[in-house]
Amino acid sequence: MARITAGIGTSHVPAIGAAIDLGRTADDYWAPVFAGYEFVKAWVKDNTPDVVILCYNDHASAMMLDIVPTFAIGFAEEFEPADEGWGPRPVPTVIGHPDLAGHIAEQLVIDEFDITIMNDIAVDHGLTVPLSLVFGQPEEWPCKVIPLAVNVTQFPTPSAERCWKLGEAIRDAVECYPEDIEVQVWGTGGMSHQLQGPRAGLIAPEFDNAFLERLAAGPDGTSELRGITRLDFLREAGTEGIELIMWLIMRAAMGPNVDELHRFYHVPASNTAVGHVVMKPKAQFRHKLGEVEARKATAA
Amino acid sequence: MRHRLYPLSDLEDIPGTTVFTARRSRQAYHLHKFCMSLMEAANREAFKADERAYLDRFRMSEEQKQAVLERDFPRLIDLGGNIYFLVKLSNTDGWSAQRAVSSMTGMTPDEYADMMSAGGRSPEGLKSIREQQQREFGGEGK
Repeated sequence: MARITAGIGTSHVPAIGAAIDLGRTADDYWAPVFAGYEFVKAWVKDNTPDVVILCYNDHASAMMLDIVPTFAIGFAEEFEPADEGWGPRPVPTVIGHPDLAGHIAEQLVIDEFDITIMNDIAVDHGLTVPLSLVFGQPEEWPCKVIPLAVNVTQFPTPSAERCWKLGEAIRDAVECYPEDIEVQVWGTGGMSHQLQGPRAGLIAPEFDNAFLERLAAGPDGTSELRGITRLDFLREAGTEGIELIMWLIMRAAMGPNVDELHRFYHVPASNTAVGHVVMKPKAQFRHKLGEVEARKATAA
Repeated sequence: MRHRLYPLSDLEDIPGTTVFTARRSRQAYHLHKFCMSLMEAANREAFKADERAYLDRFRMSEEQKQAVLERDFPRLIDLGGNIYFLVKLSNTDGWSAQRAVSSMTGMTPDEYADMMSAGGRSPEGLKSIREQQQREFGGEGK
């Protein structure tokens, strides 16, 4: 059976991708950002999963114009890096896992998440910058990736609570996939930032650090995160700070309790506060497989 | 009656902030179609060669076209635009995202970059128009 082995949260600022692609990671401005990712780059060498389910948002690169899905999952064998106006990033093609993606989509719909299926989609910095931050600059990405796109731009976005429940449903779906593979769930975007209007440049370290603290906590902490309204995300963390709802999908997929292996926070990268965590599910709280299967059978 | 957290109109209560709603998305559909066309190198060249002629290929409003020609980002936001689309334009111009964003704040790019390096803009006092008005009128709500 498939297992969720770890979760990663990280910002996905496009300028971070540019710094990597242009070889500027040692610059005075960027060195403190990349220092925060030394841990994960070393850790992942011994903890490379078979598949990453990567929760991200498209930044008007492949969707958001003609079709605006709230949640969408990538079914393709391959996903090419998008050209966001300066040419595609020089990163490897992202290789998908259509079989697991198909399984998850089926299970999610049974679980009442009516997810959109994407058979042909280019992936932008929202997806490729986290891969670069964790895996560096390899010839090929070392694992398969299932893009899971969330609308965090056109209001109303899904709520924090809805994202949490999606993460729980993803966990159940993965745990009843018959192949014996290791799966990580990544949540990307954030932390506090606002990219438009006179209030642009907003950074809220107090909000961000409280968010990180509760993310690492058990249900007492995470229940507070689930209750953050869209309005509060916007007020407190900026219009684009609401990307943090995607971290809740990751966190919920870990189960009720986690071991936090690494936490990093830095201001700024371009317009944004950078946050990054690595966590593992606490084994004793994971679902018993029999229970999950019984529940699925009833639901079907 | 189903419980709803708050009316969507409360999203209009945040100072200096325009929330990108479904209506604004529709208002800017053709503007955004133009922006997304700039994801192809050949289109970027065509736009640079004759901006006005290129814009006339799209069913944008005249106001939107003028705002594009003037790179007036605050106006483009007023006309329904969203930053993720609009940066396709600033990327085409070779601007950093930070420069594009700073142009909406009334600060120079350098002033804005300095503010960010010093920790960014604090949200304190910038969370609610209603609260700002109450403060202005001595908390008596006028």
